[in-house]
Amino acid sequence: MILDIQDLHVYYGESHVIQGISLEMDRGEAVALLGRNGAGKTTTMRAVAGLTPCARGRVRFDGQDITRWPAYRTARRGLSFVPSGRRAFDTLTVRQNLDLAARAWRFPRRGWDVARVLKVFPLLEELSGRRAGHLSGGEQQMLKIARGLLANPELLILDEPTEGLSPAVVKDLGRWLDLLRGEGLSILVTEQNALFALAHADRGYVLEKGRIRFASDASSLRSSDEIRSYLGVARLA
Amino acid sequence: MHAFVVDLVSTLSTAGYLFIVSAGLTLVFGAMRVINLAHGSFYMYGAFLVTTLVGASSGARFWWAVPACAVAIGAVGAVVELGVMRRLYRSEHLTQLLATFGLLLIFADLALRLWGTGARTVSSPSPFQGRITIAGATFPSYDIAITVVAVLVGVGLWAMLTRTVVGWRIRAVVSDPEALAATGTNTHLLLTVVFALGAGLAGLAGAIVAPQTSIAPGIDQAIIVSAFIVTVIGGLGSIAGTALGAVLIGVAQTLGTRYAPNWASTVIYVVLIAVLAVRPWGLLGAAER
Repeated sequence: MILDIQDLHVYYGESHVIQGISLEMDRGEAVALLGRNGAGKTTTMRAVAGLTPCARGRVRFDGQDITRWPAYRTARRGLSFVPSGRRAFDTLTVRQNLDLAARAWRFPRRGWDVARVLKVFPLLEELSGRRAGHLSGGEQQMLKIARGLLANPELLILDEPTEGLSPAVVKDLGRWLDLLRGEGLSILVTEQNALFALAHADRGYVLEKGRIRFASDASSLRSSDEIRSYLGVARLA
Repeated sequence: MHAFVVDLVSTLSTAGYLFIVSAGLTLVFGAMRVINLAHGSFYMYGAFLVTTLVGASSGARFWWAVPACAVAIGAVGAVVELGVMRRLYRSEHLTQLLATFGLLLIFADLALRLWGTGARTVSSPSPFQGRITIAGATFPSYDIAITVVAVLVGVGLWAMLTRTVVGWRIRAVVSDPEALAATGTNTHLLLTVVFALGAGLAGLAGAIVAPQTSIAPGIDQAIIVSAFIVTVIGGLGSIAGTALGAVLIGVAQTLGTRYAPNWASTVIYVVLIAVLAVRPWGLLGAAER
């Protein structure tokens, strides 16, 4: 098992935002974590990555207990968290963003270096001298994923990757995800765009108010009327 | 004309040490969003420490005493970061200010115990005690030495921030500490290094300016006011802006002292107000998001 979350609880101040989540993921799986805005998807992932403290419960990564690890240690261990929104290092160039990530630590060589990342995302090569703060939302998303890959992760966590992207870029994103799945990378995606996430995942979990409401394989989640109406997804004509 | 050139060099040396102190302040602010009121204490300790290290001897020991002060004060800075600053990053600005103000008071009292209440002086090494003549004008050679060191520090900081991975990390931690940690950088350690570097620069400035001033309790507060004005004029967090601000304040101070001695200390505030009226975020600073 690459990721094993047992009975995770997280508080923001007084409010009990994650109330006992358990989630298991095998190596090579792609899993979607769905739910409405405020359901706790991002908080769960931040807690797993070590950016938000876990109050109770246990997180194991590849058999190792990482519950109390700071973010930089989980990253070095092979869990790469790609945050949502405009989170490139704005004042650095695209190339500096990549070099920084590639040299942040002697990551075990699992095959991703700057040259290979640029081959997968040729647009980043063209933009390499551009300040990251001047990139469009889609270009920033590409840069963030590239940065995440340079950590040579065993598990890639993408937080709300389609947020703010145009439909054309969302399509590109889907291609990148399929490509990485083809490489055997384990991927965990949180999304409000349930149809997108389920189209590129093996299984899915639906969160509601800090608890898991449904868990099933992607195709049955997609076809279940109850879940579609719960997530506010219109039936495809 | 002659007086003007001499003024110019003296201006540059004033701007030089102001730049070194303020660069440390702005570096720390940029990375941590904390105004460290105890930054002037590091400067004062650098100055006092150099008097202790050099002692009554002429300037011969000065050569190694200056870098030793920078390193020692940098180490003090690392301890302060680990012991105090680290606990404050998530606190409100007021809490941070009060804590650094507390540090300033503690350092000031400790300095009284260590070095007493009297003023101390130290002489510069012999090659810099004279005056040199360039193109018919003579000026104190130590002024030129300070200017050269300041330029080296500025170029060094610029090269570090633009050309090295550590420098990119420092700039990345300014824009997004969480995303930086998520790429595998130990941001806690990085902030300790930045704070130590800032403190070391203040210690260096104190040590290097020591032969030109009388070193006494109270210079910690005097310098933090000047350094704060310099960094605000330049734009908090901008090294190049700090250099500009230091030159502006250096000019204002020197010209003020020469032509309007009674108003000299007022002039720098006038410059501050004038700059902020036009650019509230400083000359090269970015408007806060």
